[in-house]
Amino acid sequence: MRAMPKFMTISGLMVMGFLYVPVIVLIGFSFNASAVGLAWGGFSLQWYEKLLTDPSIIDAMMNSLIIAVVSTVCSLLFGLGAAIGLEQWRDGDSSWVSTLILLPLVIPEILMGVALLMIFVMVQAPLGFGSIIIGHMVFNLPLTVVILRARLRKFDPAWEEAARDLGATSWDVLTNITLPMLRPAIVGAALLSFTVSLDDFVVTFFVAGPGSTTLPLKVFSMIKTGITPEVNALSAIMVMISMACVGLSWLFQQQANSSLRKKDSRS
Amino acid sequence: MVLGVSFASRGLYGGVEWIATIGNYSRLADPLVGVIFLRSLIFASMTTIVCAIVGFPLAYMVARASPRWQLIWLTLVMIPFWTNFLVRTYAWTVILRVDGLVNTFLQSIGMQEEPISLLFTDFAVAIGLMYGYLPFMVLPLIVAIERISPQLEEAAYDLYASMGATFRHVVVPLSKPGFIAGGILVFIPSLGAFITPYLLGGGQKMMIGTLIQQEFLVSRDWPFGSALSLGLMGTVLILWVLLSRSSFGKQVQ
Repeated sequence: MRAMPKFMTISGLMVMGFLYVPVIVLIGFSFNASAVGLAWGGFSLQWYEKLLTDPSIIDAMMNSLIIAVVSTVCSLLFGLGAAIGLEQWRDGDSSWVSTLILLPLVIPEILMGVALLMIFVMVQAPLGFGSIIIGHMVFNLPLTVVILRARLRKFDPAWEEAARDLGATSWDVLTNITLPMLRPAIVGAALLSFTVSLDDFVVTFFVAGPGSTTLPLKVFSMIKTGITPEVNALSAIMVMISMACVGLSWLFQQQANSSLRKKDSRS
Repeated sequence: MVLGVSFASRGLYGGVEWIATIGNYSRLADPLVGVIFLRSLIFASMTTIVCAIVGFPLAYMVARASPRWQLIWLTLVMIPFWTNFLVRTYAWTVILRVDGLVNTFLQSIGMQEEPISLLFTDFAVAIGLMYGYLPFMVLPLIVAIERISPQLEEAAYDLYASMGATFRHVVVPLSKPGFIAGGILVFIPSLGAFITPYLLGGGQKMMIGTLIQQEFLVSRDWPFGSALSLGLMGTVLILWVLLSRSSFGKQVQ
């Protein structure tokens, strides 16, 4: 095997650098004591301190968390039902349903925001927590269903059939066979939904009402009112949250892979 | 469940038909709107092409790395993918603004006397879009390149193909599914992008996304905004159908 072409490695590394420079710059400046421009005024945590004592930021964080948790849990519940239902429908023609479910993932986000806003106004639903949670479910559900279905496809249906042959009711099969085997996918889907929901700006921007400001909305309004060092700090915190989520999902994936391998070797 | 999801897309049609008169659609033909649509299309195509060119070496490097390094590289690619889009766009304002990193650097090496305005230009929007959607191109490309057997490349080298020829005739054509999937993932969101033109373009040079947002939240002209949204939706759907009719559909099957 030849060594990898040098040219590709060098340009690959440069692109990787390009992906990271802005984020690193941002994090770097969040520790800058000086508030003006780029002058380095020494290392300081004062912006973080300012952030964490600002009640409106704490509020936004709590709102974001609540919305992310509720929409993730709801998406999981509905998504599980949908995924299992769709898989049992395997023989039938469920392709149009699958396409329909995927649709929210391929249309531009702004259309989703606008459409949701119109729906909420038409049915005269108040804009706030409820509307944001429903809005987030619209993109979390398809994500969940896609991930769960991918996992369900890998199953050997023999497991479920064997359980049924041994006299298990369909509820037993679900709780004792299907759900435990789905666990890694459930965790993965939950983590992804949670992060996406925590990060979403566009849909939230359209369907949020007064008193339901989420963290990204807060960042946006802070950027709009002028660039303050607090935004750098807040952004840095958000980057770190994302990194933590990626790390967690890797851990679970590794675990899932090794458990799958074990099962394979046993069978 | 399915209803809940399709509600969003169907509701769009329903909502628009319910409020709109033909007048709103005829306004779509307004040359000003046409210019904005065209600009969005150009920006989105450019973003897609540049992402493909820039993303390919990175994807190749990750796909051909040893398992240990691959895990590290993949994690490093995933992190920006999961990081808040708003934050990543904002980072560019720090770099590009008048007292930002680029200007300070240029001035300190004496290349530029006066700070040049980089923020709120087409260049800023283009680079922001490219940066924002690059991971969406890289990830499908990694998957596609990994599927190509390295033996094919070796065979090409054995047959005295140069490195350039190997890439041109073997690796790039075989990565086509990755380019197509990545292209869709980059093109569609950048067509409807709203944050990037707003923050980096200063909302001056409009794209469809900013225009729709303005019609809905600023001018409160919902019917016209809906007509615009439907126009955007139509564009996306037409492209989608065209793609699935051509090679993409066959690849998936």
